[in-house]
Amino acid sequence: MKFLCVDCDKQMAFEERRLPGDGTLAATFKCPTCGRVVAMLTNPMETQLVSSLGVEIGGRTVPEQPFETVRKMVATGRDDAFAESTRPNGAPSWSAEAQERLARVPNFVRGMVKRIYADYAKERGIAEITPAVMDTARNELGLEGM
Amino acid sequence: MRTYHELRDPDRSDLAGQISAQRKRVAERLAGVGRVMAVMSGKGGVGKSYVTAHLARALARSKRTVGVLDADLNGPTIPRLLGIDHSPLPTSQSGIEPARGLDGVRCISMAMLLEDGAPLAFKGPSAESFVWRGAMEASALRELLGDVVWGALDALLLDLPPGMQRYVELCDILGAPPAVLTVTIPTPESRDAVRRAMRAAVDRGSQLLGIIENMTGQGFAGSAGDDLAREFAVPVLARIPWHPAPDIWNALGARL
Repeated sequence: MKFLCVDCDKQMAFEERRLPGDGTLAATFKCPTCGRVVAMLTNPMETQLVSSLGVEIGGRTVPEQPFETVRKMVATGRDDAFAESTRPNGAPSWSAEAQERLARVPNFVRGMVKRIYADYAKERGIAEITPAVMDTARNELGLEGM
Repeated sequence: MRTYHELRDPDRSDLAGQISAQRKRVAERLAGVGRVMAVMSGKGGVGKSYVTAHLARALARSKRTVGVLDADLNGPTIPRLLGIDHSPLPTSQSGIEPARGLDGVRCISMAMLLEDGAPLAFKGPSAESFVWRGAMEASALRELLGDVVWGALDALLLDLPPGMQRYVELCDILGAPPAVLTVTIPTPESRDAVRRAMRAAVDRGSQLLGIIENMTGQGFAGSAGDDLAREFAVPVLARIPWHPAPDIWNALGARL
């Protein structure tokens, strides 16, 4: 999928992707010449079709994890299907940079935010939470400001 | 106005590149597999899973390293046939370890991942789910192939559900059609359905390894195995009675 600024005859560049959490997706593209920005808005069925291919609009910021689609998309999966042998209790580790960022979250919500990111990583089989993982989670889960 | 192929700038999403990376991942994972064989029929209820499990065990008993991928995502039965319980699957960054069944057969199945008795259901909009469900199942199948640490295998058996859809998905995911073992029962009804499946496999370029006629003897009348063997110029590899002795499976394993 590409976007063309017809006035400038220039291919528009991907800017940002947002998943508001209601099944829809918003992606913006910007013309490098005139700066015009357009948004592509997909309905839940269209978003799901892309997700079902195991691809990410805007490109991957985190490498694909083992059984990512199954873990993320199967609604009737067993809680104990996987034994995360590299991490105690299946808990992902935090990189130093991610810990620094987490430390900047206000104390009264830090525990909740940490749990949200940990659940996000665990569901996807992500072993280590990095700033890139946090960015992706924030976009996908609609966690602006976290 | 320029059209799609006339725009040359890099596409940051690179969806085609992501799909290509998925295929590469499967190819790399299966590089250590000597032979990929799909057990298929086109007809339901002929005993594909039963044949697959016993053939895998026979191959393992003859000192070959064998894996079984239960590609029947909606009706998985292979773990029970291989005596595998619901122990959590060991996971690492390199992938998911397969379970070990009877005679050391390595196995992965959706049955190991679903709640007991639950159907395979996906998160997502319920309206018009037919639009995306097939693609979702194909992605799950790709992960069962490419995200499992199969290791070096002499043979990987793929137990397909009835119909042709999963076979077509496999051809796309593997990048090359798998060799095919066909299972039928003796009846003309089974023959007619299996014929269509075999023709589709030939059209896709699969090597037909032969036919296994299951449930022979009492009960079902007909000559589907011989009819199909003659029509497609392939051997009948085994005729499996209702209560087969182990040496039947061993003999079948020795022919493959």
